Amino acid sequence: MIRRILWLTALLWLPFGVQAKEAEYVSGNPEMHDRVMDVSGELRCLVCQGQSLADSHSEFAVDMREYIQEMIEKGMTNREVVDFMVERYGDYVRYRPPFKSTTVLLWFGPLLLLGIGVAVLYFNILRRKKVITETPLSKEEQRRAEALLKKDESGDSQA
Amino acid sequence: MARYLIPLVIFVALSGVLFVGLFGDPSDVPSPFIDKPAPEFELPRLYQPDQTMSRDEMLGKVWLLNVWASWCVSCRQEHPVFMQLARSGLVPLYGLNYKDERQAATTWLEDFGNPYVASGYDVKGRVAIDYGVYGVPETFVIDKQGVIRHKHTGPVTYEALEKEILPLVRKLNSAGS
Repeated sequence: MIRRILWLTALLWLPFGVQAKEAEYVSGNPEMHDRVMDVSGELRCLVCQGQSLADSHSEFAVDMREYIQEMIEKGMTNREVVDFMVERYGDYVRYRPPFKSTTVLLWFGPLLLLGIGVAVLYFNILRRKKVITETPLSKEEQRRAEALLKKDESGDSQA
Repeated sequence: MARYLIPLVIFVALSGVLFVGLFGDPSDVPSPFIDKPAPEFELPRLYQPDQTMSRDEMLGKVWLLNVWASWCVSCRQEHPVFMQLARSGLVPLYGLNYKDERQAATTWLEDFGNPYVASGYDVKGRVAIDYGVYGVPETFVIDKQGVIRHKHTGPVTYEALEKEILPLVRKLNSAGS
């Protein structure tokens, strides 16, 4: 029994030997790696949908990152690289949509919905306040209510 | 009464929107390339590695550029369409052989037939990125001035050829040189 427990505890240490690997890159230079990852984090992996180029291991993303690295090595700024891609693949390639007249709804849509929700809630509460008017109990009702409560307390309820 | 109708109206409107959404193709990314000059390229030819193929060679004629690969399954699907097009001689078709092995590509053409006037061998896929390609097959219609006029994503069908590509080619051909 003790042996078994020792074994299992030893096994628990196994996962620490494994390390998560980042998407691979061509150059061994960490500064270059950071820049390539910065730029590719801004760009969508078109074949995976819902992933950036930095997050994807697809062949397409690996090629793109290689190309991006070459462009950076040629001295292009991050912005120029992103612009280069937008020229070819359209605004859709940006992982963060740009703020333009066509994307206003995309940016402010959720806020607009929240506003509508708050307004509906507000007017509902107002209306409800008007509907509920307090009507005090009459003498007779008061007496019956007390009688009922007393009956319950004395313990002979037949519920 | 009206307040009971509101949820119904919202439901119907939402269903309508979602129903229309069913027919969109999420992989159909609009190309910003239409009516822009086709990027310049110079690639070794698939069959004659010592010769090059470039965009400027094709200036003065309307031509199609088809991105293909021997490993691409839907390329096989559109292949008979291109074989027929090649036989008709209506418009020259050039290939961009994307991330392929030379041997595999030529074997593929020998097995299924070669509809291309020539194919550029883009082993690293760089020219394809320059053309905004993100999946094979893709087909571009390029006019006499070297301007991209149309892009077809996915396999070309007989229908797409007859209804979209060929009418456009005819229009571009009759436009002044």
